Amino acid sequence: MAEPIARLDDVSVRFGERVVLQNCSLEVPEGAITCIIGLSGAGKSTILRLLDGLLLPNSGHVYLRENDICHMRESQLIEMRTKIGFAFQFAALFDSMTVGDNVSLPLREHTTLSEKEIYAIVMHTLESVGLSHTYDNMPSELSGGMLKRAGFARAVVTNPELVLYDEPTTGVDPIVTHLLTDTIKRLRKQLNATAVVISHDLQSIYMMADYVAMLFEGAIIANGTVDEVRKSTNPIVQQFLQGSEVGPIPL
Amino acid sequence: MAQVLREVEESPTAQAVERVSVGALASVGRKVSDMLEYAGGLTMLMWETVKTIFRLRIRFAETLNQCYLLGYQSLIIVLLTSLFTGMVFSLESAVQAVQYGFGSFVGGIVSYTVVRELGPMLSAVVVAGRACAAIAAELGSMEVTEQIEALKSLGLAPVRFLVVPRLLALMIMLPLLTVFADVIGVYGGQWIAHAQAHIGTEDFMASARQTVGFEDVVKGLFKALVFAVIIVMIGSYQGLTTKGGAAGVGKSATSAVVTCIILIFILNFVMSYFLYAGA
Ligand SMILES: Nc1ncnc2c1ncn2[C@@H]1O[C@H](COP(=O)(O)OP(=O)(O)O)[C@@H](O)[C@H]1O
Ligand SMILES: [Mg+2]
Repeated sequence: MAEPIARLDDVSVRFGERVVLQNCSLEVPEGAITCIIGLSGAGKSTILRLLDGLLLPNSGHVYLRENDICHMRESQLIEMRTKIGFAFQFAALFDSMTVGDNVSLPLREHTTLSEKEIYAIVMHTLESVGLSHTYDNMPSELSGGMLKRAGFARAVVTNPELVLYDEPTTGVDPIVTHLLTDTIKRLRKQLNATAVVISHDLQSIYMMADYVAMLFEGAIIANGTVDEVRKSTNPIVQQFLQGSEVGPIPL
Repeated sequence: MAQVLREVEESPTAQAVERVSVGALASVGRKVSDMLEYAGGLTMLMWETVKTIFRLRIRFAETLNQCYLLGYQSLIIVLLTSLFTGMVFSLESAVQAVQYGFGSFVGGIVSYTVVRELGPMLSAVVVAGRACAAIAAELGSMEVTEQIEALKSLGLAPVRFLVVPRLLALMIMLPLLTVFADVIGVYGGQWIAHAQAHIGTEDFMASARQTVGFEDVVKGLFKALVFAVIIVMIGSYQGLTTKGGAAGVGKSATSAVVTCIILIFILNFVMSYFLYAGA
């Protein structure tokens, strides 16, 4: 496995009584696409929030390279987040701004580039997700798949080292799924970045993933290359991959 | 409480007594801890806001925009409520005052009450209904659609981005609205005093000038400033802590307005006590 760019070390997360992650450890290899799979409500989004420092664990550590996120000051967290892109499940575009302004926002706030330079970068980024014609549209005018791609554009416009995608292929038709998967792969290459993708869609996982990690009952129970995980003898992993009702997973 | 006590008395066994009273205690305890959590969260939010303002990390264009949305758009409704309140107050007092022979005080009574109490209060309550609900609903829907998280993930602080512009805008606009409310309330009162009780414009205004000092106006505007802080901070806090989808957004907006209006009434009394009675 390549050197990890980020890792969770023995992390536990609780919300009130509810334990979501329990002694969970995960390494994210640099320069690859890691897919996280698991049941709904297993805590997959929680892992992404930990990696972006949006949530601090109740115990354990989260490292980005060798820096412990849990010990960062607010200013360091902000600095760190500009190097991480986050594509939200429902895009989470700011609905009071145009698509162009949404994608421009991080550049306007964090760089001293001129408006003209920003426009060029934003246009280029929108082109790379096939949305250059939507610059002046409001988010409410876009379809679900377009919204997701606009969310990708905003996440990658600052050239992040690490891009986190929360369920990019959930709730879209098979053709758009294919398109989005393709876009994720292409963006990873273009940026020479690392990606963590949450997905339920086995086909798109086999298409893009270099590594797969399966989250079950608060911990990573299988982790490795796609082939390794496919050949895993763990009955839970097998049941999940086969989408079968019979097996050890409680329904 | 009475019902709880009755239930305790009526319960047949000691075990049941214990269960009921423990249940009641627990629910009181939960209410208290909820309130403490609310107060704590609100205080933290205010602290963040103050820090951001003092670091001069202010978005001026957005602040102007909010001046328009939260302030200017409330102007008509503030003017109307204040006009009619000044009028009805005068209607109730002027005729009687003339009957009892102190018609020359009506101008003083009306303007004194409008400038010290009604102007600031009414403006704040009306703006609370509009602005506090709007802030809670807007921030709430941003929270449930992950837009707040998205802001953070872009390295942007929601307080600087959303709360500070609204706060500064309303701290400018609510005192201004209050000035308008004061003026139109007094004029409405004067008009009715003239129409219903034949009190001369000159007499009314002379009495008003004699009774109401510049200090009273300033104190009224100070109240407006405090109310502005309450409206924006309660609305923002409710919005940012919204949970549970669209239904949660509705709940946040409603409870923001209710909390806000109650606080305005209580704080108005406290401020009147210290600003006027204490002096
Ligand atoms: N802020 C929160 N407060 C309370 N519970 C939460 C919060 N965020 C997530 N949870 C709970 O944690 C669990 C895992 O959530 P999540 O990470 O979103 O799961 P998923 O794997 O579907 O992405 C869910 O049961 C959810 O209800
Ligand atoms: Mg999720």
